Amino acid sequence: MLSLRKGVINNTAMGMNNNMKFTLKVWRQKNTSESGKFEHYEAENISDEMSFLEMLDVVNEQLIKKGIDPISFDHDCREGICGTCGVMINGRAHGPLRGVTTCQLHMRSFKNGDTIIIEPWRATAFPVLKDLVVDRSSFERIQQSGAYVSVNTGAAPDANAIPIPKEDADEAFNSAACIGCGACVAACKNSSAMLFVSAKVSQYDLLPQGKVESNTRVIDMVDAMDAEGFGNCTNTEACEAECPKGISVSNIARLNRLYIKSKLFS
Amino acid sequence: MSKFIDVFTSSIGRKIVMSLTGLFLFSFLIIHVSGNTLLFHDDGGEAFNAYSQFMAHNPIIRTIEILLFAGFILHIIQSLIITIKNRGARQKSYDTNKANQNSNWYSRNMGFFGVVLLIFLIVHLGDYFFESRFTDEISYDVNGNINMYDEVAASFKNGYYSAFYIVCMVFLAFHLIHGFQSAFQSLGLRHKMYTQLIRFVGISLSIIIPALFAAMPVYFYFKP
Amino acid sequence: MALNSRIPEGSIDKKWDQHQFKMKLVNPANRRKYDIIVVGTGLAGASAAATLGELGYNVKTFCFQDSPRRAHSIAAQGGINAAKNYKYDGDSVYRLFYDTVKGGDYRSREANVYRLAQNSVKIIDQCVAQGVPFAREYGGLLDNRSFGGAQVSRTFYAKGQTGQQLLLAAYSALNRQIKAGTVKSYNRHEMIELVVVDGHARGIITRDLVSGKIERHAAHAVLLCTGGYGNVFYLTTYARGSNASAIWRAHKKGAYFGNPCYTQIHPTCIPVSGDHQSKLTLMSESLRNDGRVWVPKAEGDKRKAADIPENERDYYLERKYPSFGNLVPRDIASRAAKEACDNGKGVGTTGLAVYLDFKDSINRLGKDAIEARYGNLFDMYKQITGEDPYQEPMRIYPAVHYTMGGLWVDYNLMTTIPGLYALGEANFSDHGANRLGASALMQGLSDGYFIISSTISDYLADIERKPISSELPEFEKAESEAKEKIAKLLSIKGKKTVHEFQRELGLIMWNYCGMARNEKGLKEGIEKIKSLRKDFWSDLLIPGDEKELNQNLEKAGRTADFMELGELMMLDALNRNESCGGHFRDEYQTPENEAKRDDENFAFVSAWEYKGESNFEMHKEELTFENVKLTQRSYK
Ligand SMILES: Cc1cc2nc3c(=O)[nH]c(=O)nc-3n(C[C@H](O)[C@H](O)[C@H](O)COP(=O)(O)OP(=O)(O)OC[C@H]3O[C@@H](n4cnc5c(N)ncnc54)[C@H](O)[C@@H]3O)c2cc1C
Ligand code: HEM
Ligand code: HEM
Ligand code: SF4
Ligand code: F3S
Ligand code: FES
Repeated sequence: MLSLRKGVINNTAMGMNNNMKFTLKVWRQKNTSESGKFEHYEAENISDEMSFLEMLDVVNEQLIKKGIDPISFDHDCREGICGTCGVMINGRAHGPLRGVTTCQLHMRSFKNGDTIIIEPWRATAFPVLKDLVVDRSSFERIQQSGAYVSVNTGAAPDANAIPIPKEDADEAFNSAACIGCGACVAACKNSSAMLFVSAKVSQYDLLPQGKVESNTRVIDMVDAMDAEGFGNCTNTEACEAECPKGISVSNIARLNRLYIKSKLFS
Repeated sequence: MSKFIDVFTSSIGRKIVMSLTGLFLFSFLIIHVSGNTLLFHDDGGEAFNAYSQFMAHNPIIRTIEILLFAGFILHIIQSLIITIKNRGARQKSYDTNKANQNSNWYSRNMGFFGVVLLIFLIVHLGDYFFESRFTDEISYDVNGNINMYDEVAASFKNGYYSAFYIVCMVFLAFHLIHGFQSAFQSLGLRHKMYTQLIRFVGISLSIIIPALFAAMPVYFYFKP
Repeated sequence: MALNSRIPEGSIDKKWDQHQFKMKLVNPANRRKYDIIVVGTGLAGASAAATLGELGYNVKTFCFQDSPRRAHSIAAQGGINAAKNYKYDGDSVYRLFYDTVKGGDYRSREANVYRLAQNSVKIIDQCVAQGVPFAREYGGLLDNRSFGGAQVSRTFYAKGQTGQQLLLAAYSALNRQIKAGTVKSYNRHEMIELVVVDGHARGIITRDLVSGKIERHAAHAVLLCTGGYGNVFYLTTYARGSNASAIWRAHKKGAYFGNPCYTQIHPTCIPVSGDHQSKLTLMSESLRNDGRVWVPKAEGDKRKAADIPENERDYYLERKYPSFGNLVPRDIASRAAKEACDNGKGVGTTGLAVYLDFKDSINRLGKDAIEARYGNLFDMYKQITGEDPYQEPMRIYPAVHYTMGGLWVDYNLMTTIPGLYALGEANFSDHGANRLGASALMQGLSDGYFIISSTISDYLADIERKPISSELPEFEKAESEAKEKIAKLLSIKGKKTVHEFQRELGLIMWNYCGMARNEKGLKEGIEKIKSLRKDFWSDLLIPGDEKELNQNLEKAGRTADFMELGELMMLDALNRNESCGGHFRDEYQTPENEAKRDDENFAFVSAWEYKGESNFEMHKEELTFENVKLTQRSYK
């Protein structure tokens, strides 16, 4: 296998137990227009140290060698911050653990011999591009509609000119921690994007810099959200439970409040 | 103007309507259940009938009644639109979805409860309301009031009818347990401290009110 | 071609201001007639595109992710430096400048670094105005921490997610311009070729990663903001998609490559656990404040950490560097760990790790205090390794983290191809042979927000305003070249997957051009790369075709470029007969095993010109130091 200058790196030589085995039931779909279906694959030689995506890597290598098209899935940072990865695993967005993304999930969270069902995020506003890869450009358009402070480069006053209470800054940070993965939409029975949108709106509303444009931002972003075909929130709070960054539904309340305020009282 | 109409057509706007009408209906239920507890008053129905008479003829109450129906209709229409839209937001559903691990089952079934309640209302209003207001099949008590008490007492002698009421009240309870706090969330009324309180009050009332309603058929069924 | 770094005359603190005044401007009404392509939407690219859009230029951005916000900058944890001196602890623009030049082991341009330090102050203002929720003190003012052994507290941070917050802010500014119509963004688009017309960069060829469509995009100038090339090592802290393709293809079209061998290896990463491993996770450097690094004294000691008595442990950093102890700079800590493992003292199943032990701190400060400081890091460690660092010591190992090298640029950030600029980690400019912690974010934003808009107008003002046609024969040619390359890759139909090649290449790079290099190894490495490359072009297996989303095809294109770049890195390392910063040559060390610089012969930037396969010519840009005195670093 791979040799390092000192010794050999290879799982068996390193004493890893590579003996886990799983049956994968994976959604395969060639492109947006074709309809897809589930396929079953055996995942062999899996070690409990592997991350879920590394397990898929291993399976893909095996598939390529067998002449089968490997499973496409989105990923980049593989450390839970870019928000690129995300699939439905055994009926849970980002898998069974709380507060982690798919790339942060490890195979030790599964029982040897399990069947693992893997599906893409499903929402009309997130069409499947291929296999487990979905198109989240609806999130882009929502953010373009107003998730910013209108300040040109170079026009800023000194950073300490406006003191901001620590609690507000911290709360704004908590809202700003959203990684835009879409798990909230995927988990919500209504495919509502409210958690995502509310996190964005909240981040800005909680800071004096963003507050100035709060009214128009809220209305523009909600309009953009509605135009994308996401569902209505009925406050089931699945989103909060599945959000890898623990974004709180109190953001949704804030969004509702701001919306009422800007629509009816300003 | 378009701004105002948006309030009914945007996603959050619909929720505002839902929650306002929902809370309004909730307040009606409190009054309704309070009034109806007169049924437990063992006076041959005098007090209850007087109350019913008052409710049926007082002009202020009659006006509010119109509002009440408007509220029901709005609530129902919006809920249907929302439910249909939400279905459309996920055209292909999951093969496996372990929603139980991330949300309460009753919070996911508001639409279903709503339909049950709609059926209940049709039956309920058909039996009591329309009968008393729009037909002649009514009797009067000693005070010359419409004898709603006997009407109610008679209908709950029927076991199936009572059972139907009781089952509906169970659904009502779940509808309200989620609906009450949901309404506050939808209106943006959420606060670190008060939300716990709202939750507590909401759940308590949402159990007490349907329980009192459900006690009525039980009471009359077993009343000798 | 002779290199002209275009460093302005004058005293160091006036250079930039005077230069800005001298540069030509483009009339606001004319700006929209200029098309500018920005490849990459990390901190450098997003900030540049937004700023150019605000000024009224017609901008197109490209990134291979599905959203600009997912660029690798998102992963930066620690913070961003700025000479604000809010702590009044003696910081200044000059001190930041000085520290950066020294930290870079005197292999960077003074003028660039000074400008960077000047701009750092404005960056923080800009970011706060955009709504970045930086950490604050109870009084509501911004908080700072010290970082990377700096003697002052000048690092601004947003928990452990500073890069995320800064990128989201730059992305928000970008979104504002997209809405305003000045910027159009192309996501899931990869640049696969640069188009040069009459010696000037005039456009790019891209592949739509979803449909596979090859597209032409023409412009008056092209900005490459495509990040670092560390993934040539395969196992790194980089995002999986980070690649060198954009800069490499520009290099092959005439852009010189500066200091390719300068690589930063971060000492505290979670070690490799097996051959399935796809990436290494960085653990904040701050852990070394309270953790003690050790290995067993005896070779091949496989006992559990708890079973190894105190007197059989070697706290080697404390032993070798009594005054800095566990807090020595990154390059030194990394090399010491490697040395311990090479001597057979490594721990864990792989033997490629050292312990970072918190037992003493937990005993001294209590578990709660440690949890408050590092709770999230401990959780992250546990999540990945399944081990509890409160109970057993952490296992850490160095990993490739940053590349100081990149496309050679002049003071205006222009490469040797007129009209082609490189910003952020993609250029070689400011960090010399070693980058200080929290300085990459600063550089990306300085380039993007505050430099490029002034320097690009100086170029644009001189060229014709009429639109560039993508029907020019040069576009035709570039497009067919790109298509041929893809067709060639797909036609090999061999037996080995891209993944296998990536890993093999990474291992060669790590073994022969990693933390310590020597002549023999580098020569051997070059041969190995050449033969691997041959193997690649004859035995590669790519499933699927080019007219669909094909992740293996994407990876193959990137790997092909890495295979060429790797050779140049080795060549550069071989050529630099000294040790400096991240470049350590076994042959050049002090008696205490520290890096030994050779200022006499190597105080220059090596800028490599591409002359054909395995054929590179080196050009020197001499470095002159007028403000900083060159000294040998010592951490004893
Ligand atoms: C784990 C980690 C932690 C770090 N922490 C810190 C820190 O605390 N402080 C600090 O100062 N620095 C830190 N750094 C370094 C810093 O994050 C990076 O150097 C910096 O963010 C690079 O920014 P960039 O804009 O140059 O490029 P990137 O953010 O890498 O962006 C590259 C862009 O180019 C695009 N791209 C690349 N190739 C192509 C192509 N062929 N076609 C189209 N688009 C392409 C990508 O899509 C992406 O948008 C850290 C780095 C790592 C890995
Ligand atoms: C008769 C037919 C009814 C239907 C179809 C119906 C339907 C719904 C639906 C689908 C919701 C969910 C939306 C949400 O959670 O926001 C809802 C919410 C609610 N319903 Fe009903 N309902 C009906 C009757 C009632 C009645 C009789 C009451 C009370 C007396 C009531 C009170 C509420 C309340 C308070 C909410 C919460 C509103 C909110 O969250 O915004 N509903 N209803
Ligand atoms: C066992 C329980 C209940 C009993 C015994 C009961 C009894 C009655 C009676 C007697 C009337 C007629 C009043 C009149 O003619 O003036 C009435 C009306 C009405 N009831 Fe009920 N009711 C019960 C539960 C409910 C519930 C759960 C709801 C709502 C979900 C409801 C909604 C209404 C409405 C809307 C009217 C008509 C409006 C009005 O007259 O005020 N009832 N009810
Ligand atoms: S709110 Fe949470 S689940 Fe939704 S996109 Fe953001 S991080 Fe993902
Ligand atoms: S799960 Fe859906 S219903 Fe609302 S609270 Fe979250 S968006
Ligand atoms: S790959 Fe970046 S969050 Fe999972």
